[in-house]
Amino acid sequence: MATGGPGLESLVDQQISVITNDGRNIVGVLKGFDQATNIILDESHERVFSTKEGVQQLVLGLYIIRGDNIVVGELDEELDSNLDLSKLRAHPLKPVIH
Amino acid sequence: MLFFSYFKDLVGKEVTVELKNDLAIRGTLHSVDQYLNIKLENTRVVDQDKYPHMLSVRNCFIRGSVVRYVQLPTEGVDIDLLHDATRREARGG
Repeated sequence: MATGGPGLESLVDQQISVITNDGRNIVGVLKGFDQATNIILDESHERVFSTKEGVQQLVLGLYIIRGDNIVVGELDEELDSNLDLSKLRAHPLKPVIH
Repeated sequence: MLFFSYFKDLVGKEVTVELKNDLAIRGTLHSVDQYLNIKLENTRVVDQDKYPHMLSVRNCFIRGSVVRYVQLPTEGVDIDLLHDATRREARGG
């Protein structure tokens, strides 16, 4: 196994949703990665969940996320369009405790 | 190397991965690598109401460093095989 992850190659140019160590959710297009799972995310925006209001989206642009901060690199499918983000209420994710 | 080989044999089984941020994800083990990064297919979060963050996700990649537990199906575990393998590893290591 030479590459970062059991095949992050298959996710390149796809929209993914990254959960970070501090509990943030960042969605964007995977442009690149390396063996340490550092990733390059284009057209990224952060989804802020709260129990009081619907999901907030903050536009970020082109981002590099360091590998040791990545919890889950999800494969976002078009199911995403079925979600009504303004109606979602949730507690923010917890940060990672090692 | 032992657990890497062990997980390779579990590919195709249903597992639940509990992460260090308390999130628990159930899915079919698709692949694993030398860092024990895990790729799951057909995923659903265990407590979907509490964690709607992954509602539109069916497949995911989980970095090995954030895994707390990997819950396995009991039928999928050959305890004697594991005992032998661990003994061999302990002797050689």
